[in-house]
Amino acid sequence: MRVVVCTKQTPSTTAVITVDAEGKVSWDDPGGKPNVVNPWDEYGIEEGIRLKENHGATDVIALSVGGEDSKEALKTSLAMGCTEAVLVSDESMVGSDTLGTARILAAAINKLGDVQIALFGKQAIDGDTGQTAVQAARKLGWTPLTFVSAIKEVGDGSIVVERMLEEGKEIISAQLPVVISVVKEINEPRYPSFMGIRKASRAQIPSWSAADLAIDGGIGAGASKVDWSQVYGIPPREGSVEIIEADTAEEQARILVDKLFEEKVI
Amino acid sequence: MSGVWVWIENRDGAISIIGSETISAARTIADSLGQTVTGLVLGHDVAGVADEAFDLGVDAVIGCDDASLAHFRVEAFGPLVTRLAQENTPSVLLAGASIRGRDLMAWVAADLDAGLISDGIGIAVDGDTIKVTRPVYAGKLMATVFVTEGPQVITLRSRAFPQAESTGKSGTAQWVEPAVAEEAVPSKITGLETKDEGVSLSDASIIVSGGRGVGGPEGFEPVRELAEVLGGAVGASRAAVDAGWIAYEHQVGQTGKTVSPDLYIANGISGAIQHQAGMRTSKIIVAVNKDADAPIFKLAHFGIVGDLFQLLPAITSEFRKRLGK
Ligand SMILES: Cc1cc2nc3c(=O)[nH]c(=O)nc-3n(C[C@H](O)[C@H](O)[C@H](O)COP(=O)(O)OP(=O)(O)OC[C@H]3O[C@@H](n4cnc5c(N)ncnc54)[C@H](O)[C@@H]3O)c2cc1C
Ligand SMILES: Nc1ncnc2c1ncn2[C@@H]1O[C@H](COP(=O)(O)O)[C@@H](O)[C@H]1O
Repeated sequence: MRVVVCTKQTPSTTAVITVDAEGKVSWDDPGGKPNVVNPWDEYGIEEGIRLKENHGATDVIALSVGGEDSKEALKTSLAMGCTEAVLVSDESMVGSDTLGTARILAAAINKLGDVQIALFGKQAIDGDTGQTAVQAARKLGWTPLTFVSAIKEVGDGSIVVERMLEEGKEIISAQLPVVISVVKEINEPRYPSFMGIRKASRAQIPSWSAADLAIDGGIGAGASKVDWSQVYGIPPREGSVEIIEADTAEEQARILVDKLFEEKVI
Repeated sequence: MSGVWVWIENRDGAISIIGSETISAARTIADSLGQTVTGLVLGHDVAGVADEAFDLGVDAVIGCDDASLAHFRVEAFGPLVTRLAQENTPSVLLAGASIRGRDLMAWVAADLDAGLISDGIGIAVDGDTIKVTRPVYAGKLMATVFVTEGPQVITLRSRAFPQAESTGKSGTAQWVEPAVAEEAVPSKITGLETKDEGVSLSDASIIVSGGRGVGGPEGFEPVRELAEVLGGAVGASRAAVDAGWIAYEHQVGQTGKTVSPDLYIANGISGAIQHQAGMRTSKIIVAVNKDADAPIFKLAHFGIVGDLFQLLPAITSEFRKRLGK
């Protein structure tokens, strides 16, 4: 059984993100690495590796669509224990909407061939859309299983998973192949081992272009049906905090409760 | 291409809060566009839901009542909505940005080859185009995005729009057949475990949260008491969740839930950027923290510098008095 893990390189969670007058977004992380594996994808990578360790997956292939620098994120996935990594990179892909990205990912998964499970993160922390997994599933013609919190059984041609929904949990069984998006509850991602890091640093990661793939439908900015040109900083909140001071906690409580009734939020 | 469609999320025979919010947003959009609102009522034993939808102000209902739709599965719902949209060509399709709404709209947009926008928190109609505001980069930036061509498929975040109000109107739904027979749905739900422990974080209009400052699992007691008196939900920082003091489903923040209640009371939470990502759109934020320099005070509207173990019980008893509880 071959497993693919889709992972995107995103700004780190502590990155300071700025946007200029033209709406061009840039970021830096003075304290750490500005670019990381999308934090939600770490759970997908870990689960892929566990499918190899516990459910007999033969290959766990990390797949990313992005610039050359996304190889960094792929190296992290190799260092954690993925058996292979592939970058898909092409100027013509820049500016794709989620459907365009889904088309590229689906085409790459088809090219990898014989894949039974494609793992995705819940969402990418830059666009924060959480749409790509289902859309890739449609392009592959596979069943999407989103918000998966446990893989219970992997049988011959079928899978049983637990999903986390707003009001509780659901156990669902489906025929393979499937697309799975995972939530944090599913596992605790491991740290890359020292050996893993050494191996990953020497790895040659192949880079596929659009011409290497049979992409079905439009990709890139030209085919995107969503206009993303207006991105801006959040206007600072008006006014500053009102600190409530008084001699006793009871008095402070009374003043606060008064204010909250005045604000009509109770 | 005309008409604003809204998928009306329902559960146990009643419209969910997020379903009602989406109806009100659909109404606003349709009125600006000069179009009608059609509600999609899909499920099993949902005749009452259709009536409720008319009462909440939709102009028409297309319904499908079938055992295969008793529980949401996107492989059953997706092809049905896609088929209906292909037959009727609405200009806008809306759903709540719940787990199910997201799945459904991603499926339908992919099959219609349509532009898809998720997690809208604001809408403005500009000509025929819906301009959607939504947070990006974990709430560090905002964007105004729109679909450039064809049907506009949009999901809306919970609590960003008011609930629809009763209009007293009624109507007759148009009932259609399911798109996929049960045998052909490729997945089966074999177990459901619903938890019923008070108000859910995403629906709550009041959230009382605790962080590392509560000091241990028992430190959540005063937090819970205040939440209970206010009919609110309990939230937590990741530090408290990682320490094992409270379950992950209570975590607010970038790697937890995004919430936007009317009132968010943060106790013993420093206000790290990842925590802010999950709660900064709350209407009124109150911070209780013994460190006057804690970043949470930069975000808060009201703050008390002090020990939460003294302040929380005082606030709870003051509310008890005022609310007559
Ligand atoms: C990838 C990533 C994702 C993350 N995702 C999230 C997330 O989703 N949600 C989240 O919350 N965090 C998240 N974090 C963690 C975040 O960076 C902070 O570490 C965390 O929010 C801190 O929690 P805290 O405020 O409870 O603890 P602290 O920062 O330790 O703050 C505790 C506060 O309690 C106050 N205090 C102590 N005792 C008392 C008392 N008796 N009375 C009053 N005040 C008191 C202190 O003054 C202090 O300000 C994430 C981090 C990373 C790296
Ligand atoms: N460019 C990309 N390359 C690889 N995987 C991606 C890419 N974009 C999105 N994904 C996957 O899709 C998931 C959801 O992303 P999104 O829909 O953009 O929030 C991510 O967690 C990744 O697993």
